[in-house]
Amino acid sequence: MVTTQTAHRYKGKRNRLDKPELLAPAGNLEKLKFAVHYGADAVYIGGQKYGLRSGADNFSFAEMKEGVEFAKQYGAKVFVATNIYAHNEDVSGLEDYLRELENAGIAAIIAADPIIIETAQRVAPKLEVHLSTQQSTMNWQAVQFWKEEGLPRVVLAREASLEEIEQIKAHVDVEIEAFIHGAMCSSFSGRCVLSNHFTDRDSNRGGCCQSCRWKYDIYEDDIQMVGMEADQFTMGSKDLCMLEHIPDLIDVGVDSFKIEGRMKSLHYVATVVNAYRQAIDSYMADPENYELKQVWQDDIQKAANRPLNTGFFYDTPGAEDHIYEPEDKAAPYDFAGVVVSYDEASGTAVIQQRNHFKPGQEVEFFGPNGTFFKQTVEAIADTDGNVLDAARHPLQHVVIRTESPVKPMDMMRKRVR
Amino acid sequence: MATKPELLIDAASLADMERLIEAGADAFVVGEARYGMRLPGEFDIGAMAAAVKLAHANRVSVYAAVNNVMDNATVDTLPNYIGALADAGVDAVVFGDPAVLMAARASAPAMKLHWNAEMTSTNYATANYWGRRGASRVVLARELNLEQIIGVKENTELAVQVQVHGMTNIYHSKRPLVHNYFEHQNKDGALENVPVHGKREDGLYLIESERPDERFPIYEDANGTHIMSSDDLCMIENLHELMEVNIDSFRIEGLLKSIAYNEAVVRAYRSAIDAYCSDPLGYAFNEDWLESIVQLQNPARELSYGFFYKEQVY
Repeated sequence: MVTTQTAHRYKGKRNRLDKPELLAPAGNLEKLKFAVHYGADAVYIGGQKYGLRSGADNFSFAEMKEGVEFAKQYGAKVFVATNIYAHNEDVSGLEDYLRELENAGIAAIIAADPIIIETAQRVAPKLEVHLSTQQSTMNWQAVQFWKEEGLPRVVLAREASLEEIEQIKAHVDVEIEAFIHGAMCSSFSGRCVLSNHFTDRDSNRGGCCQSCRWKYDIYEDDIQMVGMEADQFTMGSKDLCMLEHIPDLIDVGVDSFKIEGRMKSLHYVATVVNAYRQAIDSYMADPENYELKQVWQDDIQKAANRPLNTGFFYDTPGAEDHIYEPEDKAAPYDFAGVVVSYDEASGTAVIQQRNHFKPGQEVEFFGPNGTFFKQTVEAIADTDGNVLDAARHPLQHVVIRTESPVKPMDMMRKRVR
Repeated sequence: MATKPELLIDAASLADMERLIEAGADAFVVGEARYGMRLPGEFDIGAMAAAVKLAHANRVSVYAAVNNVMDNATVDTLPNYIGALADAGVDAVVFGDPAVLMAARASAPAMKLHWNAEMTSTNYATANYWGRRGASRVVLARELNLEQIIGVKENTELAVQVQVHGMTNIYHSKRPLVHNYFEHQNKDGALENVPVHGKREDGLYLIESERPDERFPIYEDANGTHIMSSDDLCMIENLHELMEVNIDSFRIEGLLKSIAYNEAVVRAYRSAIDAYCSDPLGYAFNEDWLESIVQLQNPARELSYGFFYKEQVY
């Protein structure tokens, strides 16, 4: 694992001069709005069918339209994941669904199954089709195949290294999207049916129950190979984080930087997008003098669900890239509230409560482009001016004084330990 | 007399091939680990030519496994490799990665192609998509049920291959997970060298605490880490249900089994196929066929119907 920041210029070369796309997950309409507001150039969402997150909120067509309208104000695009491997019974209905996506103004679908790709090209030609990582594409010849099939973009397998990505870019003129942050399948994507075997849930149609993160005992000839007190075997991987290596990713020519996490919280999405937005903009503005800022890394840690690593980008993951010990799961911060409005005259803000907070607690406010300050919560009142001992109720609007001006959609987090 | 479905198996060596031909196999899938996935033996181009010679002398087919997830380095060698397979006389190339299709178009345009994307070959429309791009056979995912298999067969011109016996792969990672785990156990440096464990012959398996009776084989090779099913698929009792709908090829997975076991399995299925095809209406399942398999079956591994009669949710 590469832990120190690598030198600027991947092997002394620079393969792209324009800014890459920052692509963020949006599990629902609110997350979409925040992802875009915090700097995503594009977001990907799931609809009611054909997506691999059957447990997520997922968008209705009306919500998609609203999301597309909102994103348009920022010049951002909305993609829809239609990334299942279809079964016979999924084939009918596909045409209508894809036409609805096109009508909703969706810019692209992310698809793995060729029948979804081909159907979209036939019935909804305004939809771009991006090849999903579920196809586990990691060579230039396969990328060339998909380009010839009319796809403008390929999302590579998470097993592709920076060197392999550079080779692919050198062979084929097509957009390359790569996951840069978030949880990863430890298997080749699509090549895992643990859920099917353990729980009769079809992993390649969204039923994944994350059996790779369960714990197992490993045996040889009826003998357990490792003592009872030792850590058990697991396939579970640390999460990907390429924040330290933005220059390398830009220099090899990755066109779209993808953040994983349609099931993740609003706080997670805003925080991670914010950090990558600043890193990308900072590098593009002045590559020669680019410096990785500690505050971006600190922010990522405030939202991290698991320990982080660099996946396959620099080398094959080793023992240190997997999670054998009990997970020290929660980040030391909790999402506490969202700024609804700010009154300059009184220096007070209306906050929509997202988690319990009370006077005396230390909180942090942050917004797009790295605006940030800490303060202690003083008195809390409801919107009628009644003093409260705490902000107890989810989504309740409360009024507090803020030490600096804040804006709507700024966020407030509290330290929990 | 009904058209006979093909009985297809892998083989670890030419010697094993001879025994399995004698037992009644119609076709073999063999290859080398650089290009093919989860093969019980290495057949380089020389061995492949010898396999074809042996097989064709017995009116048996040989399919080359070229179904790995390919990387750039391997892709650069594919045109030569597929050209050499054509020269060796193989009857078809089994592929999952479209790079293989591209290479075959360029260097062996007459080569038959079998599309096998393992767990992601799941519907007739996608089978037909690959058919329009040159595939003549679809190898279906083992996670489909009988109704879905029939649905594919009814809606495609491609030959349909279905696994009827043996274990199935349920997880494939590029990561060396077994090696990593033992390295983690040795993180304090207690051992001088991390034990080299995890090769196929080491016989390792996983147990999950809520399923103490299920043993999931796990091994590592050049293509990563493979976890296999805890049960062995066995459709011999109901093979007529697949023959009635004219499934074209029945695959036996011989991986991690002895040659004696595979021989017995081939004999049993051979008997069932021959009996059915000579008199479909008068066909009756013979308990002895199953019994000949059960006698050699590892008692720790259940014989099951796999997903043939299951409904899955998502």
